[in-house]
Amino acid sequence: MDTDDDFMSNVSSEEDMLPDDSDNDMSGDDDFDFDDEPDPDIDIQKDIGQQKRAAYDVPFTVHQPQDIQRQQDDLINEVNMILNISKEEAAILLRHFRWNKERLIEDYMDRPSQVLDAAGLSEKISGPPKLQVIPGFCCDICCEEEDGLESFALKCGHRYCVDCYRHYLAQKIREEGEAARIQCPSDGCNIIIDAKSLDLLVTAELTERYHKLLNRTFVEDKDTLKWCPAPDCQNAVECNIKKKDLNRIVPTVSCLCSHRFCFGCILNDHQPAPCDLVKKWLKKCADDSETANWISANTKECPKCGSTIEKNGGCNHMTCRKCKHEFCWMCMGLWSEHGTSWYSCNRFEEKSGTEARDAQAKSRVSLERYLHYYNRYANHEQSARLDKDLFHKTEKKMVQLQKESGMSWIEVQYLSSASKALQTCRQTLMWTYAFAFYLARNNLTEIFEDNQKDLELAVESLSEMFEKPVQDLADQKLKVDIMDKTSYCNKRRIILLDDTAQNLADGKWTFNVEFSTPSAGPSGSGARK
Amino acid sequence: MAGTFATKRLGKELAKIHESLPPGIELVSADNFEEWFLDIRVLDSNPLYLNQIYRLKFKFSAQYPIEPPEVVFVKLADRPIPIHPHIYSNGIICLDLLGQQGWSPVQNVQSICMSLQSMLTGNSKNERPAGDEDFVRGNRLRPKDINFYYHDNDV
Repeated sequence: MDTDDDFMSNVSSEEDMLPDDSDNDMSGDDDFDFDDEPDPDIDIQKDIGQQKRAAYDVPFTVHQPQDIQRQQDDLINEVNMILNISKEEAAILLRHFRWNKERLIEDYMDRPSQVLDAAGLSEKISGPPKLQVIPGFCCDICCEEEDGLESFALKCGHRYCVDCYRHYLAQKIREEGEAARIQCPSDGCNIIIDAKSLDLLVTAELTERYHKLLNRTFVEDKDTLKWCPAPDCQNAVECNIKKKDLNRIVPTVSCLCSHRFCFGCILNDHQPAPCDLVKKWLKKCADDSETANWISANTKECPKCGSTIEKNGGCNHMTCRKCKHEFCWMCMGLWSEHGTSWYSCNRFEEKSGTEARDAQAKSRVSLERYLHYYNRYANHEQSARLDKDLFHKTEKKMVQLQKESGMSWIEVQYLSSASKALQTCRQTLMWTYAFAFYLARNNLTEIFEDNQKDLELAVESLSEMFEKPVQDLADQKLKVDIMDKTSYCNKRRIILLDDTAQNLADGKWTFNVEFSTPSAGPSGSGARK
Repeated sequence: MAGTFATKRLGKELAKIHESLPPGIELVSADNFEEWFLDIRVLDSNPLYLNQIYRLKFKFSAQYPIEPPEVVFVKLADRPIPIHPHIYSNGIICLDLLGQQGWSPVQNVQSICMSLQSMLTGNSKNERPAGDEDFVRGNRLRPKDINFYYHDNDV
């Protein structure tokens, strides 16, 4: 019933700090960091800005719903006091200025009436919003004019009956998902309805949705804030990485719900590959990986015209349907050179055959290169999925182990750490292959590949130990081995990420594709300080 | 199907329409509160539309007038589709007033007809929208589901 996605967010559930730990020393004690609550750690990350961070680390803060509300309220109160306007109006102004308080105050001081007008507010002073019964009133929407009809108007004075107003607001909020910019129903009137008036008009259920939508705009309006994409997570993450820096840094952030994602593209953590390469890679995989796989395994190309041919039975004597070229399926050589040895190719090397195979080999090289990386990428993806089951079994294993060996709960936690390490490392490994696919060779790629190999070996051997039956796990030696390997894996991962991120920031990698987004500039200093 | 809210309003509109309509607008049929037909013609001597009458079809949802009605020109033997850079040859009209963003519940059938009249009157271009052919061939969406891009509100 669990999806892969929520698996990824569960992997490092609760207090796993492995990947975010700015501390490079990942020796034993880190694995037993279980009493640490995530919040202090994340706050620390912000505070220790001056301290040396790993090259792949970005500073970020997680905001919970109440923080988001508080930040909004603080800004609104501040503007409310400074500009001496109502809170509802302050909120509308702030939204109009995308929560840029400084610009709002500056602009408002300079030319208040234009600012109010542009934001959909009126200068008119009026009391609190109220429903009124006006004799002789006829509603322009429903054309109702009966006596005692309750009506409402915003500061603009366009008056409609309460029923029509309700219908109108319900349509906007429920059907159109609108909140921050609901205008007066009158044609061409841009006065915006404020929260207080709205509360007066609609049902509690709609009010709740309205405020939810308003909160959403606060996060969506600010480039430095993004919602955590994990299902049912209501937190938002704040990070100052600019869009233009994304070619030089992979801003992985970790929500309090423990979901790790890229702040740049909201996908699951894809370090060390930059967002643009990830996008290209995923597109490529979606485009042709399966087809390419099949073609590679099942077809050959006609040595003359290059048409792809599937041999679905019959003898080795092939006649291309397109160009009528006759060749031997086994050696790809001319059929005429086969002389009398029909239907069983036992020729050694004839010239035409070698040439044909060379040409075919060349055309396969690029495909094979892609498949090389794709297979490894897919393998780690697959293994991570298999480890998912293992992870679910881990807890059972831990309970069993406590029973059988008399170990305490805390003493069996090493299994959980190992499982988490496996997940995170595989996630990283997976993306190193996508990254490597786009990497052009230079003297740094070798170091990268060594790092990749080291991590891969470590992960595979940890994976193997981890699968041992419970009886074996009780063995102290194996326990120590697993703990050592776990911390070794984490260490290797950090080394790889740190090195890759540093070179990315310094612009030392060369890629065999162009980035779609313009680079930060020649020095790339924007990415990190 | 029109709900009571829409029915009430449409009933009142219809009563008013029966009373009087501005020049150049005529009610053809309004047999129910779901679909009405009206004829319009321009009042000036714009050569593009001279001596022509155009048939409009209005479709109302239960949310009318909170939601805009669906308005299209229909083609008949004596009712062509007017040529206009915002009117596709299948009769679909690209007008912000008829979209959710530009619509106001204060608008009504009569005001829409008048807007369309002036949209024709003010036009001097003897052309269809860009991509008309592709759109007419490929479009299977209802007019309200098309995301028009109102790039030019002056025409």
